[in-house]
This record gives sequence, structure tokens and C-alpha cells, in this order.
Amino acid sequence: MKAGLPLWEVFIRAKNGLSHRHVGSVHAADPRMAVQAARDVYTRRMEGVSLWVVPSASITASDPGEADALFVPAEDKVYRHPTFYVVPDNIKHI
Amino acid sequence: MPDDLTTRFGDDALILGHRLSEWCGHAPALEVDLALANIGLDLLGQAQFFLGLAAEAEAKGRDADALAYRRTEDEFRNCLLVEQPNGDFARTIARQFLFSSWQELLFHGLAQGDDKRIAAIAAKAVKEVTYHARFAADWVIRLGDGTAESHRRMEEGLDWCWRFTGELFAGDAASLRPEWDARVNGVLAEAGLPPPNPVRGITGGRDGRHSEHLGHLLAEMQYLPRVYPDAVW
Repeated sequence: MKAGLPLWEVFIRAKNGLSHRHVGSVHAADPRMAVQAARDVYTRRMEGVSLWVVPSASITASDPGEADALFVPAEDKVYRHPTFYVVPDNIKHI
Repeated sequence: MPDDLTTRFGDDALILGHRLSEWCGHAPALEVDLALANIGLDLLGQAQFFLGLAAEAEAKGRDADALAYRRTEDEFRNCLLVEQPNGDFARTIARQFLFSSWQELLFHGLAQGDDKRIAAIAAKAVKEVTYHARFAADWVIRLGDGTAESHRRMEEGLDWCWRFTGELFAGDAASLRPEWDARVNGVLAEAGLPPPNPVRGITGGRDGRHSEHLGHLLAEMQYLPRVYPDAVW
């Protein structure tokens, strides 16, 4: 869309019980049009049952320059992963 | 020559679907490009169902493809509104708004009708058409209530299309008019647009008397099946 229209981030819930996941973005003048644009661009192949749109400007991102401080310390702490539990076969999406 | 309602409904959907496909790659924005193509594909699906029924009813061994690709201009029964050229985006939106608002009311009625197969097609299609009507109405409001330029174009688009709307309400469809008027006027009021100027209506599509535009559209749409009969995909 023309430069100047706000950007919206699009989240889709693939099916009931799952959480909304980020899939991309659209340009639109307001929330209602953003939902329509998201529907037309991202749900053409039955990708979802629910949509969220969020103004991209509302998102505060972490600073890539701080990535070392923020994320690297977790690398050698495997004991934080719940890998020592046995998950029953019929429990999905964990 | 199948001359019944299913042919009309199928031809309306087929011709408008083709018009919308002409926007593919040319719409003002990627989002709108996809939206118009989606609507066109919905209409193409409806056309396939309705023309399938029409072909079966005439029982001459033709199928929906044969009706779509092997008929001449004067055998088409679509209304004149859907064959009108796209014009600018506002005129395309005006055409869609006026047509989809009518089609939504029509299909709501058909879905309750006696003919089970038509009712089934209408019940499926009405969900699609509800979205088409909403999409178009939202754009009428955005353009009408937008800039001076978008307002002017939206007004011109509606004025251009208005003369073809009377044809939608010929015969039994006359009963749809009050609710259609109310909806259209409601959206125009919200858009800050004046009601279109009354004009003398033009009709004839339902009898196969079309504007000069349909022949050009068919030339493009039917080119491949006519040049390569029975070509397969």
C-alpha cells in the first residue's frame, strides 16, 4: 500500500487450543482494514481460525547489540530444559 | 440455450470474476491485489456450480466449461453491471459494493428456497459474499470519507455504475430492493457520499443484449479454449 499507511503485525491461531503465532505483516489504515488485509493475505489456505493484528509501532524489540548479554548465558544451562520428564504420548504441543 | 436462473447466476459470477482477475498484479497494493483475486476466485467457484446445474438442466451433453468457453456474447445472461470495465479502483469498488450487496440478499433468499441444489450452493456462497459485501462497503467508506480526490472518484464510480442497478431488480428480485436501498444508503451516508443521481436505467443483459464491453472480455477469456479446443491443464 502507499507509503504512509501504518504497518501491522499479523498473528494467526492455527486451530483451537494452539496459541497465536506471528506470520508476517500488512499495511492498512486502521485495525478493521488490517484484519481484512491479514485475512486476505495470510488465511487463503485455511491457515487459521483466529487473527490478531498489532500495530508494529507498539512492539518494543530487544537491542541486537545486547544479544550477547541477553541470550548467550543461557546456552550452557541445559539443566533448565525439562528433558528429564517423561511426557505421555498423547500430550501434544508441549 | 439454457435460459434459466442458474445460467444468470453463473454468468454474473463468471463475468465479474473475470473482471476482478484483470486487477491481478495491478491493484494499488499487494493486500488489495490479493483481496480482489480472492473475491474473483470465490465468484469463479460459484460460476462453476451454477453453470454445472445449467448444463445439466439443458441436457445437451455440455458441461460448465462448455457454457463458459463455447457460448457467444448474445448467449450470456449476466447483468450489464458485472461486465462493465474496471475503470479506476473506486469504480471497481462501486461495482463490487452494489453487486455484492444485492447478491448477499439474493443468496440469503435462495438458501431458504425449495430447490435443494440451488439452496446448497447459495448457502455455501453466502458466506463468501457476505465478506465481499463487507470488504467493498468498507472501501466505499474509506474512499468516500478520505481525501477530496478519493471522495470525488468514489462518487464518480457510483454514478457510473448506478444506471445498471435497476436491472438487478427485474421480476421476482424486485422484493430485494427495499432492503438493498436501505443498506446502500446506510453505507453512503457513513461515507459522506450523496445518493447517486437518478438516471435512466439500461437493461438487456438478461436477454442477451450486452454492452460492447462483453465481447472484448469474452475474446480474452475464451481465447485459449477456442484456439486449442479440448486442451487439458
